[in-house]
Amino acid sequence: MKRFFLISFVSILIIALVLPACAPQQKDVIKVGVIGPMKFLEGEHHWMGAQLAADEINAAGGVNLNGKMYQIELIKADSNEILSPTDAASAMERLLTVDKPNFVVGGFRTEGVFPMQEVAMNYKTIFINCGAATRALQMKVAEDYDRYKYFFKGTPYNEYYLVNSDFLMLGMVAATLKKQLNITDKLRVAIVAEKLTWADAMVKTAEATIPKMGMEVTGVWRPSDTATDVNAELTAIAATNPHIIFPTFSGPVGVTFSKQAGEMQIPAAIVGIVVEAQKFGFWEATGGKGNYVMTLNTYGPGIKITEKTIPFFENFEKKFGQPPAYTAATYDAIYIMKDAIEKGQTLDADLLVPIIEKTDYQGTSGRVMYYGMDFDAKKYQAPHDLVYGPGYVTGLGLEWVDGKQVGVWPALGIGSGGWEKIDYPGIQPYVINPAVVEKFGQPAAPAAVE
Amino acid sequence: MFQAFVIQALVTGGVYALLAVGFSLIFGVARMVNLAHTSFLMLAAYGMFYTTYRLGLDVFTAILISLVATVVIGLASYKLFIDRIREHEVTVMLITLALATIFQECMVLAFGAHFREAPTLIPGFIEVLGVKISYQHLLTIAVVAVVLVAIWLLLTRTKLGIAIRATAQDTEVANLMGINVSQILLIAMGIAAALAAIAGIVVAPLWVVYPYMWMNPLVMIMAIVVLGGLGSIKGSVIGAFIIGLVEAAVVFYLPGGAFLRGAIALLVMVILLVVRPEGLFGIVFEEERL
Repeated sequence: MKRFFLISFVSILIIALVLPACAPQQKDVIKVGVIGPMKFLEGEHHWMGAQLAADEINAAGGVNLNGKMYQIELIKADSNEILSPTDAASAMERLLTVDKPNFVVGGFRTEGVFPMQEVAMNYKTIFINCGAATRALQMKVAEDYDRYKYFFKGTPYNEYYLVNSDFLMLGMVAATLKKQLNITDKLRVAIVAEKLTWADAMVKTAEATIPKMGMEVTGVWRPSDTATDVNAELTAIAATNPHIIFPTFSGPVGVTFSKQAGEMQIPAAIVGIVVEAQKFGFWEATGGKGNYVMTLNTYGPGIKITEKTIPFFENFEKKFGQPPAYTAATYDAIYIMKDAIEKGQTLDADLLVPIIEKTDYQGTSGRVMYYGMDFDAKKYQAPHDLVYGPGYVTGLGLEWVDGKQVGVWPALGIGSGGWEKIDYPGIQPYVINPAVVEKFGQPAAPAAVE
Repeated sequence: MFQAFVIQALVTGGVYALLAVGFSLIFGVARMVNLAHTSFLMLAAYGMFYTTYRLGLDVFTAILISLVATVVIGLASYKLFIDRIREHEVTVMLITLALATIFQECMVLAFGAHFREAPTLIPGFIEVLGVKISYQHLLTIAVVAVVLVAIWLLLTRTKLGIAIRATAQDTEVANLMGINVSQILLIAMGIAAALAAIAGIVVAPLWVVYPYMWMNPLVMIMAIVVLGGLGSIKGSVIGAFIIGLVEAAVVFYLPGGAFLRGAIALLVMVILLVVRPEGLFGIVFEEERL
């Protein structure tokens, strides 16, 4: 019996010693943390964008670091920031202490990204924010460069530029209404924005700018971002008889608002930022009542911003069965990091930061470059924020027309300062909501007789 | 503007009233604060979404399936988890909250945390005094009226209603009089779940269907029920219209602070409760109960 136990013990010992040697060697990997609200579409698209980039890079051999090819390994972290921004910091803490990624991409809501930024900076880890617009996040880099230099923007450009694009879209819609409906009166605009940090500056700017654009503001409504019924707001807005409703929504209220406005056939053109309308599921979520809602977006079907846009869009749709949302810009963020690592031949965050600062990358949504510490605050620039405007990242204005997202802005010949020269293949004319035509359409004035 | 405000107050109040009646009924009968009440609304809303948009069934079949399924889930929840601990009020609250969270996570697993739509039962709108009101909102108000009449008839004109009222007044005496209290409570739970399901079917098309849609209304409904007087159906309906009036007033006369409408409505509730702690139609003695 003793002999049996001895033989068994020795056998187990041998197996225990030999097995690890037989196991496949762990590959050289670069770990990338992908953090976002993973139960929601924004987080899912953070993950999908990253997955597409990682698959492509790995299939092409990986990242070349000191002559060795490293595979990209993605680590998913659920920040739950849509429901509870306070969960975001602990999710980032866990990601950085347990999984120890080389860098992190993701983040969505400003209220969640602020605490995540603090944690990432504590661990001196590069964090590319692919969701929150707020310029104040980038201004941290200016306030304390040594601490916050690891923080970069992936998407979108900051809220002041969002407002600028918003105004350019508004201007285009206003000009179209005036021209096509022969409206000679001053156009009336109702501002409606959810009560969240990022929207505060946008509302303030809108109140000041719209009158300068020759239009009248009929009022400002600030529902909660999770309001389940905005019938009261819509009734109040309709009572002011606006030609245009200028929304700023990132939360579910965007669906509620669009759906109820469609149900009540509010005769006003809806143009602005409705994050929910950027998603392919918007049509189903509104039961088709979100027709003619126009929103700022990043990608659109069939619209070519750079050589990479359409292949990215099509590969994304092929792989995941749905078009990319703007948070799928984790795709570009990972490529930017790949380029930086290969240029610097290092994974040291302190050495990578100056290389990323000099990024000049043709991404899927435009040419990606970053403002430096010599940023111009008067122009709302911020360090490590995306360079905005014609020739860089511009965004797209997409309108829902009969169940399809149609790119309508930027349009050739519309705007000034270089915007009028932008000619993205795939852009189509803006379609006016028939309810607006019925209410405000006037017969064309008879031609003057000479 | 004023007529728009009044009509809107009625519409909002009507929606809240429909949600509050079932919550109030189950508290009145079983002294049970059922925090899962609005999650039954959410389940019914998902039922409508799934049966119509995914299975392609017609609306009437969808209503029937959603209603029956929600009631079955409500009854099963009561029998399996609540019945044996129903006398421990705090435990009941915790269990029902846990149930709501479980239902929510089940929906996340099944459908993701995406926003969906429940089909509008009557599309379109009508203009009243220059104010557009969707037929779905009007349907909600009509359903509130029908539900209230039906509940009143049930409680006052039927043997079952007398048994429910007797159980509400004194469980032990009702038991001694030969009433099967356990069965009555089960029936009351079934009625409450059905009311939540009806609310889900008529109100959900106005809202957005998603797994967390039960949270916001729960807070407002609890506030309405407390304001009206715990367990008083009449109080709940009047409380719902007061809250609807306050919310509409905030949106119309303080549009920049529209996001505060819930908070201000709750503040009004607090002020009223300070003046009248038992609520508008709350009872001091059990004999006063309907």
